Amino acid sequence: MIEQLILNLKVAYARLWVRVKGSNREPEWIIAELVIPILTLSAYIYLYKMLKAPAEFAGFVVIGGTMIAFWANVLWNMSAQFYWEKETGVLELYLVAPISRMAILLGMALGGIVNTTLRAVAILMAGTLIFQVPIMLNEPGTAFLMFLLTIIALYALGMLFASLFMLYGREAWHTASLLQEPVHFLSGFYFPARYLPFVVQLLASILPLTFGLDGIRRVIILGEGLISIMPNIIALIIFIIILMPLAKFALNFMENLGKKEGRLTLRWQ
Amino acid sequence: MQYCIETRDLVRIFKGKNQTVKALNRVSVSIEEGEIFGLLGPNGAGKTTFIKVLTTLLLPTSGEAYVGGFNVVKEPNKVRRIINLVSGGETPGYGILSVKENLWFFSQLYGLSTSTAKEKTKQLMSDLDFEEYANVRMAKLSTGYKQRLNLARGLMNDPKILFLDEPTLGLDVLTAKRIRSYIINWAKQETKGTVLLTTHYMAEADEMCDRVAIIDHGKILACDSPQVLKEKLREIPIAKLEVSSIHADLSFIENLKGVVGYSQTRNIQTGTTTLKVMARDESNFSEIVSKLNEEKVKVLSINKAEPTLEDVYISLVGKGFEEEETSTHD
Repeated sequence: MIEQLILNLKVAYARLWVRVKGSNREPEWIIAELVIPILTLSAYIYLYKMLKAPAEFAGFVVIGGTMIAFWANVLWNMSAQFYWEKETGVLELYLVAPISRMAILLGMALGGIVNTTLRAVAILMAGTLIFQVPIMLNEPGTAFLMFLLTIIALYALGMLFASLFMLYGREAWHTASLLQEPVHFLSGFYFPARYLPFVVQLLASILPLTFGLDGIRRVIILGEGLISIMPNIIALIIFIIILMPLAKFALNFMENLGKKEGRLTLRWQ
Repeated sequence: MQYCIETRDLVRIFKGKNQTVKALNRVSVSIEEGEIFGLLGPNGAGKTTFIKVLTTLLLPTSGEAYVGGFNVVKEPNKVRRIINLVSGGETPGYGILSVKENLWFFSQLYGLSTSTAKEKTKQLMSDLDFEEYANVRMAKLSTGYKQRLNLARGLMNDPKILFLDEPTLGLDVLTAKRIRSYIINWAKQETKGTVLLTTHYMAEADEMCDRVAIIDHGKILACDSPQVLKEKLREIPIAKLEVSSIHADLSFIENLKGVVGYSQTRNIQTGTTTLKVMARDESNFSEIVSKLNEEKVKVLSINKAEPTLEDVYISLVGKGFEEEETSTHD
């Protein structure tokens, strides 16, 4: 039992290491993941300035732009990852090893968090300095807690998607594309979701990002504290409690289904 | 007696939208420890399906399979601890990582300490003669070196049983030879490694395997040592004919009187086709030659041939791999 746990921790670390090493080996990421997001932020910030929106809107955009990096990472480097690894033949090598598939997903998630945090911090700092965003951070601990819960919930969703995408064929690519923009819109990456119509807000509440983004903005930009964002914290904890076991269940289910149908190692479907 | 690998009436059926394929049809084999066992058959014969079931990648439809004494369905994790799989033509890791980084990564899937992994990496790279590529990114390796890396990866955990699925597919002659001789030595080492090899290269099976099972349409047609299988053909005359056409339809040969089976290899460079014909009697060859002449196919040479594993296959199926694959795909 302990031996298996140690093995799985080693596996998670190794997968994390691959992700961090692989993503940072080529410097092109600076342009793709730092310069381009800042250009996107700029467009929204100048739009708000032109419309004479309150100054905190620039802050909302910078925070949203920072968190988009995590969503993109979850979608492309987490959800669709098993699909890519199936195509390259690496998934097969994981499946013949005596390890938990959850350890691989955990390593991918942790590696993604490390990588994306580096990028997100750079976007946050650059955005804040360039656009002189007003910060009213009174409780850094609460901001950190909110960030941590958002990330855990988001990557738990990524783990669930990764399991579901595992058996997909080429349509995994399209499904990821399909999910990208609606989530940008619904969770309010570039504007607060509370300005959306009630029905749309209701729809948006199925996404952990909506609660996370709202909470982080309120703590960092509006200076609110733990008590006022407690509903967001509770919502995120509920997401984590539901998504984590669901991801594990989905992974086992999909692996078994794949073995039964022979689709687990079948490529270019 | 407990075998290293044992299957009993193993069946695997694939159900598609329009058709159902029986990829394995009551396959029963028993492989002993230290044996190099070959599964020989054309593409689509069921070789890879068999390996996938044994390596826990695929569930059998019915029947039983044991690897190292463990049931592949009920005890998959115990099976995975003692095996590894190397497939030909595969990407053995992450292109952006170097050879030694990839090997370290895969060593972690089996819980090796970093120092042990480093030692193993060094030793395997030296044994497989690609030490100078240690720091080269995998994406930059040639097919041959990628396959050396793949084999090294498969041996990182010192598996008791190594599954090799077409390990020399697409490799140049020298690399293929190097890999074959390494595997033979590995299996004969003190700790006795067992190898289950699938291939559609007859010479490879002949050179490497202690025993060979010939599989076609998911069924084992024969199983014995290459020598014994070939010996059984001693009494059947085999002729090798070189004919001056690469486009002629020679399928009429199989219907000629006395023909047991035939295979053809087209040589585009010389514009000729090499025919291997097995007949019940040597006198049947003259009829074959006259029929070829009638069809305006010039016979350039005719020689008596020694039986090979390909002939064993032809004697069982009636045609060679190439013809079998063509008819299966038609």
